Amino acid sequence: MTVKYTKDHEWVRLDGAVATIGVSTHAAEQLGDVVFVELPAVGKTFKKGDDMAVVESVKAASDVYAPISGEVVEINQAIVDDPAKVNADPQGAAWFVKLKPSNAAEANELMDEAAYMAFADSH
Amino acid sequence: MLAAIGAKTVDDLYGDVPKSALNAKIDLPAHKGELEVERMMGAMAAKNRAAGAGPFFVGCGAYKHHVPATVDHIIQRSEFLTSYTPYQPEIAQGTLQYLFEFQTQIAALTGMEVANASMYDGSTACAEAALMARRVTKRGRVVLSGALHPHYAATTRTNVELLGDKVVQLPIDTGATEDLAAAIDGETSCVIVQTPDVFGNVRDLSALAKECQAKGALLVAVVTEIMSLGAVKSPGEMGADIVVGEGQSIGNGLNFGGPYVGFFATREKLIRQTPGRYCGMTVDADGKRGFVLTLSTREQHIRRDKATSNICTNSGLCALAFTVHMTLLGEAGLRRVAMLNHEAACKTADALSSVKGVSVLTKSYFNEFTVRLPKNATGIVEKLAAEGVLAGVPGERLWPHDKDAHDLLIVAATECVTDADIEALRSNLERAL
Amino acid sequence: MTMNKEGRPTRGDAATADVVTFTGNKALQIEESLSFEKDAFASTGVDFPAPSGKHDRLGAMKRAGAIGLPGLSEPEAMRHFVRLSQKNYAIDMGPFPLGSCTMKHNPRLNEKMARLPGFGDVHPLQPESTVQGALELIDTLAHWLMELTGMPAVAMSPKAGAHGELCGMMTIKAALDAKGEGHRTRVLAPESAHGTNPATAAQCGFSVDAIPADETGRVDLAAFRAKLGPDVAAIMVTNPNTCGLFERDIKAIADAVHAVGGYFYCDGANFNAIAGKVRPGDLGVDAMHINLHKTFSTPHGGGGPGSGPVVLSAALAPFAPVPYVVKEGGKYHLVETRRAAKAEGEGTAGGRITAFNGQMGMFVRALAYMLSHGGDGVRQASEDAVLNANYILARLKKEMSPAFAGYCMHEALFNDDFLKDTGVDTLDFAKAMIDEGYHPMTMYFPLVVHGAMLIEPTESESKEELDLFCDALLDLARRAKAGESARFKASPMLSPRRRLDETAAARKPVLRWTPELGARAAE
Repeated sequence: MTVKYTKDHEWVRLDGAVATIGVSTHAAEQLGDVVFVELPAVGKTFKKGDDMAVVESVKAASDVYAPISGEVVEINQAIVDDPAKVNADPQGAAWFVKLKPSNAAEANELMDEAAYMAFADSH
Repeated sequence: MLAAIGAKTVDDLYGDVPKSALNAKIDLPAHKGELEVERMMGAMAAKNRAAGAGPFFVGCGAYKHHVPATVDHIIQRSEFLTSYTPYQPEIAQGTLQYLFEFQTQIAALTGMEVANASMYDGSTACAEAALMARRVTKRGRVVLSGALHPHYAATTRTNVELLGDKVVQLPIDTGATEDLAAAIDGETSCVIVQTPDVFGNVRDLSALAKECQAKGALLVAVVTEIMSLGAVKSPGEMGADIVVGEGQSIGNGLNFGGPYVGFFATREKLIRQTPGRYCGMTVDADGKRGFVLTLSTREQHIRRDKATSNICTNSGLCALAFTVHMTLLGEAGLRRVAMLNHEAACKTADALSSVKGVSVLTKSYFNEFTVRLPKNATGIVEKLAAEGVLAGVPGERLWPHDKDAHDLLIVAATECVTDADIEALRSNLERAL
Repeated sequence: MTMNKEGRPTRGDAATADVVTFTGNKALQIEESLSFEKDAFASTGVDFPAPSGKHDRLGAMKRAGAIGLPGLSEPEAMRHFVRLSQKNYAIDMGPFPLGSCTMKHNPRLNEKMARLPGFGDVHPLQPESTVQGALELIDTLAHWLMELTGMPAVAMSPKAGAHGELCGMMTIKAALDAKGEGHRTRVLAPESAHGTNPATAAQCGFSVDAIPADETGRVDLAAFRAKLGPDVAAIMVTNPNTCGLFERDIKAIADAVHAVGGYFYCDGANFNAIAGKVRPGDLGVDAMHINLHKTFSTPHGGGGPGSGPVVLSAALAPFAPVPYVVKEGGKYHLVETRRAAKAEGEGTAGGRITAFNGQMGMFVRALAYMLSHGGDGVRQASEDAVLNANYILARLKKEMSPAFAGYCMHEALFNDDFLKDTGVDTLDFAKAMIDEGYHPMTMYFPLVVHGAMLIEPTESESKEELDLFCDALLDLARRAKAGESARFKASPMLSPRRRLDETAAARKPVLRWTPELGARAAE
């Protein structure tokens, strides 16, 4: 159950046939107080890199891209109802969506934690 | 100052300007004193016939109403007139609070859940509603009623066609008999219908709202005479999804077409797709209630090319004029003046229907109705204007390319119209025909 | 002697304290509730006669049920709005140095002229024979705008700057379509551009390609050239740019975009630095909007109304939107429809972008300003604005850090280097200015400069006012460096409200008063 990261500050945790996706702690800090989250409908399919969700603070709006391709099997309604959760626990309870990957191998191209930490420090 | 800067001449500061382009010869007159400017501009103003100078029945999207003296005094206060968009809320609570009151007033009048802090005018608000319907429904076909103000229709068409979408314009509909529901298909993003419509018909949108909902299109209701909402059912009550229109009638003068104040109201669940600014309630660091601009992430300064609209400046001061006037009226005053408008229109229609050859086409109207004359209305309007009576808007002015409309005259009567004005219109029309 | 010990004390007590008043008021600062909280839902402040009740043809369409609008009497309403007004900062109170917004003095003659019944009380659909003076005014203003810009045409109807951008880009699109060049879909715009530029391009169906700035704060010419191609529709450049600098390669930029078949849209937001000095028409511009509420001093009014006429090159003029004014046989005439425009031989005219004729009320004010200033005064105003900005730049650079070297145009841009390691950021610095009696400068814009502070004094400020302003900012900068960060973080402390919780406002938006809200507040 390793966590991988994208250059767009999303994380992916592959757990058998399901990939859980969220935004990184670093991203949540940079955004500031999150005030709004928009998630896709369950059943929607995305290609890697597609706009998948939206996360907004008072002064910034960010698109969340699909880090890998797949179909949405579950969304985290709790963060839509209470966006502050994204600041509180971005890499845990405040996950965004769960995908059924159509090509799990795509995750291999993503960064591991150490590589991401180095990347985030420089960005 | 130049010494402190370290420059010899002011032109040194323009050093980046290509030499050939600096200090180009400009052929304009030299500065003038206040007296002389007043004289020049006064001469231009004197060539225009002011609405208040005599019998006046012109409407179609801009209306002559009585505005209390208090309104103009308030909007000329330095703190309102010479302030900026309230980006620093700590020192702009005055502007923010009246915007919050404006939003509340518009929501109440239109019967909607939320309203923004204003648009440029009714026509651009209408175009923005069509663009919003496109975002909400992800469809690209707009249906326009045949009784939507032609300027609103043209403005909407311009904006929608830029993005490659289709516009279906229904033919001129003087009697509110068109079948808008039949024009909705699976690609239709919205139906845009005006009430009271450009011919004056008060329309019941309830059935159309249900049809729209069933077919997945939004119903956009346009109100160009907001005074009507003191007397007739609101579009919100009838099920509209977006209500847009012109707020000029309350607090704002005719100004030859602008500045006016557009309004934009909708349902709460659609708010993220709306254009324009919102003012919201919050608290300050001491826990005191205050107001801020909010939901800004939809706007151009944050979303840039993904913004819901490019609108930046809106109509702040005109919204203030609206808010002050509306606050003086209250519901009681609004209902009263609205009925005075309706009575004036009824009396005017009765007077005109007594003129041989004139038929009143509009059955259910607020303060404006349409008559058919036995000949082209443009010439008649000119004749009456020469007699000092501004009789209304001739059809040819709004539909120059549609001959069927050329014998139509659209007549508006507000609380400013007196019985003597009505008689002047009737008798002059009788003579002119 | 006789002794009268009665009467009032004639000196204050030096001791001060944080006074908490019963009313919450602070002397001249009076707290004011919402009109909706005044229990006035049944009252009115107007005195119309009662309707006769004899005419009612509304039938089932009559509005039933309460609307929910309070009505205040004239004295109540006057107090309500006057108290609100006193919570606002305004140009008439002091410097309002918002960079790129141009907050200059608004002469009251302009207000007076706009209220002449012949301008203010004229309907846009009156017969043309009754509005010849209004059309003459529009035509005269158009002449001034064309002469000042060296451009052959102007579209008058745009309602504001962003609306002018839309008009200009729409005109470019129409011109491209007429040439069968609909494949041109890419618009170049500098990263430093105002957000309306990319938003406008997108609203016209173009995609936006950002050009980086070079180390001098101007368009990176090499990066710009690399982005040119056959799919480029236009470049949108603000000049002087949002860093307050004149784009020295402006002609090369214009030539290069023309060479690949694209158009040059100039954002004229900063025209007030060069009006009367430089004609954009001499620089290769195809279209440029002019914010009458900036350069020609129509009041900002707390966020509008604005007015944004667009001057056009000969290539674009035939695609201008309706309506426009023409003069035939000594009479003015309005061309109001696209088809009528074609009949006039103007080619495929653009559509309508708003009802009626544009912001007439703003036209009157702008023309009054122009006639008062004359060609010479307009030039003088530009020069004074540039002089004032450079004076501020020269004085403030002792403690603050200019973003770029060299002179500026009408606004001086600083970054937050001078606040490094002080614990004070740009926002804190701006909020501390409020306690000093100033409206903050534009901050965090343009985006290409870290912690940007953009100061535009305009020509309206006297040297005395500028000196006090500079002294105050220099003092703040020294205090920040001296470690007084707590004071900055807590500021503003003296304004009608302190920092407001924008997060709470956005998380649970309350956008209107409701009876439930009133009930909650009463608890």
